[in-house]
Amino acid sequence: MSIHTPHVDWFALGPIFVLIGASFVALLCAVLVPRAARRVAAATVSGLGFAGGMALAIWLYVDSASGHTIAVGTFYRDRWTALGQVILCAIGAATTLLAVEHVPGWRRSASLDRRDDHVAEFFALLLASAAGMAFFVAAANLMVLFLSLEWFSIALYVMCAIDYDLEGALEAGLKYLIVGSFGSAALLFGSALVYGATGTVSFHGIAAAVAAHGLTGDWFLALGLALIVAGLGFKMSAAPFHMWTPDVYEGAPTTVTAFMSSATKVAALLLTLRVMNSAFPHDSHLWTWGFAGIATASLVVGNLAALVQTDVKRILAYSSISHAGFMLIAVSAGSALGARALMYYLIPYSAMAFGSFAVVAARERELGVPVTLDNLAGFGWERPFLGVAMWFFLFGFAGLPLGGGFVGKFYVFAAAYRHGWVWLVIVGVLATLVSLYYYLGVVRAMYMRPSEELRVRTEQGVVVSGGAPARETLLHLAVGAALVVSLGSLIAVQPLIDLARHAATSIPF
Amino acid sequence: MTVAALTSILIWLPIGGALVVWLLPLSRYATGSLAVLVSLVEVGFWIEQASRFDFSRSGLQLSEKTGWISDLHVSYHVGVYGFSLWLVGLTVVAMAACIGYGFWVGRDRARAYFGLMLLLTGATVGVFEAQDLLLFYAFFEAMLIPLYILIGVWGGPKRLDATIKFVIYTMAGSLLMLAAIVVYGLQVGTFDLVSSPASASRWLFLGFMVAFVIKAPLFPFHGWLPDAYRQAPPEVAAVLSGVIAKAGLYGMLRIAIPKFPDPTSFYRTPVLALAAAALIYGSLLAFRSPDFRGVVAYSSLAQSGLIALGLFAGRDLGFDGAVLQMVAHGLVSTSLFLIAGTIERRTTTGEFRLLGGMARGRPALATLLLTIGVISLAVPGSASFAGEFLILAGVFQRAWWWSAIGAGAIVLAAMYMLRLISAALHEARGSTVDDAALDLRPGELALVVPLVGVLLALSAWPAGISHHSFPIGKAPTAAVRSQFR
Repeated sequence: MSIHTPHVDWFALGPIFVLIGASFVALLCAVLVPRAARRVAAATVSGLGFAGGMALAIWLYVDSASGHTIAVGTFYRDRWTALGQVILCAIGAATTLLAVEHVPGWRRSASLDRRDDHVAEFFALLLASAAGMAFFVAAANLMVLFLSLEWFSIALYVMCAIDYDLEGALEAGLKYLIVGSFGSAALLFGSALVYGATGTVSFHGIAAAVAAHGLTGDWFLALGLALIVAGLGFKMSAAPFHMWTPDVYEGAPTTVTAFMSSATKVAALLLTLRVMNSAFPHDSHLWTWGFAGIATASLVVGNLAALVQTDVKRILAYSSISHAGFMLIAVSAGSALGARALMYYLIPYSAMAFGSFAVVAARERELGVPVTLDNLAGFGWERPFLGVAMWFFLFGFAGLPLGGGFVGKFYVFAAAYRHGWVWLVIVGVLATLVSLYYYLGVVRAMYMRPSEELRVRTEQGVVVSGGAPARETLLHLAVGAALVVSLGSLIAVQPLIDLARHAATSIPF
Repeated sequence: MTVAALTSILIWLPIGGALVVWLLPLSRYATGSLAVLVSLVEVGFWIEQASRFDFSRSGLQLSEKTGWISDLHVSYHVGVYGFSLWLVGLTVVAMAACIGYGFWVGRDRARAYFGLMLLLTGATVGVFEAQDLLLFYAFFEAMLIPLYILIGVWGGPKRLDATIKFVIYTMAGSLLMLAAIVVYGLQVGTFDLVSSPASASRWLFLGFMVAFVIKAPLFPFHGWLPDAYRQAPPEVAAVLSGVIAKAGLYGMLRIAIPKFPDPTSFYRTPVLALAAAALIYGSLLAFRSPDFRGVVAYSSLAQSGLIALGLFAGRDLGFDGAVLQMVAHGLVSTSLFLIAGTIERRTTTGEFRLLGGMARGRPALATLLLTIGVISLAVPGSASFAGEFLILAGVFQRAWWWSAIGAGAIVLAAMYMLRLISAALHEARGSTVDDAALDLRPGELALVVPLVGVLLALSAWPAGISHHSFPIGKAPTAAVRSQFR
């Protein structure tokens, strides 16, 4: 008896295999490489893994002009996937740079020579979660979607809690685990309902079944769709599924937060746009309104809640909720223009989100306490490069023309207007106006308050900021890269839009 | 290098200068010198641009256009018209004086300071040269960033409240403008200002106008103005009132009026009423203001009202006068704020009850302040007189009572300006005025005297601007109606 094995286009899965392979090698480093070289070895593996993944993803982008599914319709091989994987690998590489000098998972309580015992595991987890996300954006049916979602989520749960010396890290991990599992359950239940209604899990199959059996507006299907939207909403931290975001972002090691705020959003939003347009085109009247509502809720909740925060990580967490709202405006437009807008927006957004958390990480490493608006005083003058980078990111978040965030907002508004939703444009405009207050609040804290009064009480005694903080070249490199991307995306709008346009051709509108 | 490259150079030279200043670890003195040098070279480039400009031709000149976001028909399109040429000139001259002032007083954190001033120069020139709506918006917003930090870091004790108020006010207006830009651009299929057709939408007109009336500002959108002008460092206040406010008025002239002819006539009376209110209310507040900067700040509000009156009169003389008055008032208020700065440096205050008697033994200060004051209150023969006369004549053609209001405000202008001169220079010696307080130093003279010189030249030949803002031989209203094509 012979087992029929389907033909698999292994090359199309290349980026995923490279990342997961690198993850295994990094894990091996944890046991095989001598302690002294472990950190550098694992980080090198991680960097090479992301570089390799990115190279393969770029190759795939070039080589996949006509998108199709592979491995019996379980994955997509197309430019939407490939471009998403390029962005994810770039974020992963930047996270590696950010982590090297201060790996989450090192034991500050351990003796000096044993501190780096478990740093290789962090890089293994980082690579594994990135591999999961690369898998996720390629998903072409609901099973793969769910499996890959769990895959990267589980890696992220551990990464959030990896610094168990750190106050709040365990809490963050547990919170993320519980709320995230709730989201996954909703997604799984929704998938089951959709399968029940249509008899298939493949995105194209669902659309075809709905068309063939006239299931548009079917209650069963609509409930399943709603639950899938909710499940994805948890991952992209859109309101009202955002409750975990501020706590987890605050409690997790800042390096992990930087990765989560950019990469998870990229993966979740790219997949959401794809699954909605591929699987549920006949119910677009439901989900466009649904996402418009979620976008509005995210913009309102994110921006209003950010106004009263004093912890900078919490401010940025709420800001990421509001940006989920902006990007969901593009999804809710349900058009090729919306897809271009989303893909474009994600590039400067992930650079700015990553960069701003990286700057926060630098301050945190300097002071050894959570960064608040108060202990940010004078930061801009003490560390000019990081300060300037931070105000670039913050003004860029606010949509001022200092980076691609401005063009992204413009594109999102254009997509909403083309869809006939001027009200959504007005909501976005008002939300931007509110957001200015807290973004400027951070800039004000960095530049306009005297630093002399700042004395921070830490475990090591009273610390005065300034002086000579550790020179973290790689962190500066990561921030510089984020700066270049966010600035470059303002200048090279058309090339990026062309990339996004080619990527969006594989999605049916 | 083609001649048209001058237009782009004027935008990117200062921005490049800003980058150099930020990146090179120069000393304070070297940084300041470099910034002053860049701003002077900028003036030189502007003179070159003006000499290449053909005032008899209509349409955009010295223009450059390259694709930026061809997906949505957005392009990098810059160029100048007669009136924008003068506003660019005002910007580069005023910025050079203000950067020079910053150098003279030795602002601390010199690299950040001079970089931001240069960035502000480039962004403001960009506003006056951009011929694409999104590019215009980008520069319009980009002005805000350096201003926010300049006021917030180098400003007075209540600077934090002032900056928040300033930013929230102006962003509220400009974000509504962004919404209007998106809708307008997608409706007509292009964001190009030169080729886009007129629109009859009243909502879009209001979306643009709200940004412009806040920036200008007109009554009752001036809530940010007193705090920002009082808390900003004097040279930044000078830029704000002399140059930045003109960007709002320029927006009315370049976008709101020509692109929305029907809404303009529909809303003409309300806008004229707001302008007249700004004029009277600003003049009255200037007269009651207890300090030097308050007078200049509120007089700027009044002058913005007057200029808007000229623009929305919709008559040839009104347009000519408005452009002339924009430049003249820009120079007047820049020099007045710089003088306010020099007085504050000598006496630590701008409050009139603590000032007085500064004319004694300080002839240069007294002469300059008196000269500027006299020009500012529109004494016949001055540039302001020519501008105000043209505006009033223009608005008279609309209805006589508008010019009656305007004429009344000119009387008020004489009152507040003479009050300022006498309170600072004459009367009994103020408690903060030390006998040892010096007259204007050569460095300060070098900043203010050229500005006054330009003002005197304009007074001698106001037609230099008023007859050279719109194509010679073509009525300004016709130029506006054809959208300057």
